[in-house]
Amino acid sequence: MIKQISVFVENKPGRLAAVTEVLTKHDINIRAFTIADAGDFGIIRMVVDKTDEAYKALKEAGFTVRLTDVLAVEVEDKPGALHRIARALGDAGVNIDYVYAFTSEKHKALIIFRVNNKEKAKEVLENLGVLFKGEIS
Amino acid sequence: MYWNPAIERLSAKELEEIQERRLRALVNTVYDYSPFYRKRFKEAGLHPSDIRSINDLPKIPFTKKQDLRDTYPFGMFCVPLSQVVRFHASSGTTGKPTVVGYTANDIRNWVESLCRALVSCGVSNDDIMQIAYGYGLFTGGLGFHYAAERLGATVLPISAGNTARQIELMKDLGSTVIACTPSYMIYLAEYASQMGVDIAEDTNLRAGIFGAEPWSEETRKRIEEKTGITAYDVYGTSELSGPLFTECTERSGIHVWADMFLIEIIDPKTGEQVGEGEKGELVVTTLTKEALPLIRWRTGDITYMENDKCGCGRSHPRIMRILGRADDMLIIRGVNVFPSQIEHVLMQIPEVGEHYMIIVDRREDGLDELTVQVELSEKAEIDTTGDILRLERKIAEKLKSVLNVWAKVEVVNPGTLQRFEGKAKRVIDKRKI
Repeated sequence: MIKQISVFVENKPGRLAAVTEVLTKHDINIRAFTIADAGDFGIIRMVVDKTDEAYKALKEAGFTVRLTDVLAVEVEDKPGALHRIARALGDAGVNIDYVYAFTSEKHKALIIFRVNNKEKAKEVLENLGVLFKGEIS
Repeated sequence: MYWNPAIERLSAKELEEIQERRLRALVNTVYDYSPFYRKRFKEAGLHPSDIRSINDLPKIPFTKKQDLRDTYPFGMFCVPLSQVVRFHASSGTTGKPTVVGYTANDIRNWVESLCRALVSCGVSNDDIMQIAYGYGLFTGGLGFHYAAERLGATVLPISAGNTARQIELMKDLGSTVIACTPSYMIYLAEYASQMGVDIAEDTNLRAGIFGAEPWSEETRKRIEEKTGITAYDVYGTSELSGPLFTECTERSGIHVWADMFLIEIIDPKTGEQVGEGEKGELVVTTLTKEALPLIRWRTGDITYMENDKCGCGRSHPRIMRILGRADDMLIIRGVNVFPSQIEHVLMQIPEVGEHYMIIVDRREDGLDELTVQVELSEKAEIDTTGDILRLERKIAEKLKSVLNVWAKVEVVNPGTLQRFEGKAKRVIDKRKI
């Protein structure tokens, strides 16, 4: 399991820049990034190289930050890869809260999941042989 | 225990008979002896004979703080100064000072009222009472002093301030009851711990009577947990005499002695009486005051009234904790809302920070809209948009249950709402009325 950082931001000009400014200052690299928007506000979710440092820096800057355990899955970058996993989780009765993906030279395609039942999901993904057990760096 | 069982245990009906008799006498007295009231009555086309029962009370115009200022210093007195034995005066922080006067009977009745109250919250001649309200023109110190002495308690007239001495004497003389403002009690407790004195362990203090400023149930809990004493609320204003009423040991409201004071709760905007249990402005008619009788005096304090018999056996009506000042009240979609109620709800929610703003606006369709902006606290943990929506919903529901009106809740980033030095202005009313 890997750690994801979530930051609450109001939906206003400059809010994202305020977050990225903190990360830049601390020389933190963003590996995966997504914004869930809900009208007046949004939640930034990201996986970074130096998680603890990023968490501390954002907290000190006054942001509402949270660390969440998420599952990462490493798959071949080819048709049907996500489907296989989504099907397996669905069949096991695991609900996916949200999902986002990124590719990098190092990690093939990485898919980040938050699910309602982590243990069950882990078991399903391990059986499929796709659970990412490495470190994001 | 009762101070005056014959009166305190009268039935509601018997009390009403006394009130009616005294009200009729009162309107005659003020009409005969006060040019101010005579003019008021005449302007309203009213004669004392029109007031036959307490149901006729709403016919009489209200008396307001401004009337006392306009007639400063003695224009509303109903006795010659030769009969006045004492003055007290307000500091006039919100305008011209006001002066109040007492006949010997007024002082006696003031003492009577507070003695009944003190006995009802368990004070007796065995107590050592540390009076840390200010003495002098302010009514707090002398009011408690006279009543506690009349009761036979041992009085420590230390007045306000000199905190190290307060704690030293509390310890050495064994004070059992303290009377002061709630904020001073908190300060006193903090000061004591700095001196290495644990009020719960090292003193005999068992009760405190706190008032003269608005305070909350949270503050009561904080004082009680910190000091191990039982905290009682007291109510009174200088115009009504001074500190007059306290909670009884039931602590479910403050008994207002109906043979001396006739109370109403009104809607501060319309002036109409509201029903029992509904909040509004406390209006008091003094039934026994001689020097400065007041008819339908607008206290400016917001509370609500309970008339049912109290667990302590007294049927005198109770007023609840003061919720705020009438001047602060907002009317939203016809519902009276007090900023203090909103603050009270917000501070019970751990995810909410200390800073908030209340914005009232009128939509194009004419409906009022209440928006409450809150900052997230350190304790908030947010990972999904649902977390925020659920939190906003939770806050809105809690506000609705207290205010009876829906508010739009907006969660904002910590540190982004306006900060105030000194008195906070957290309400923005954008309506053009």
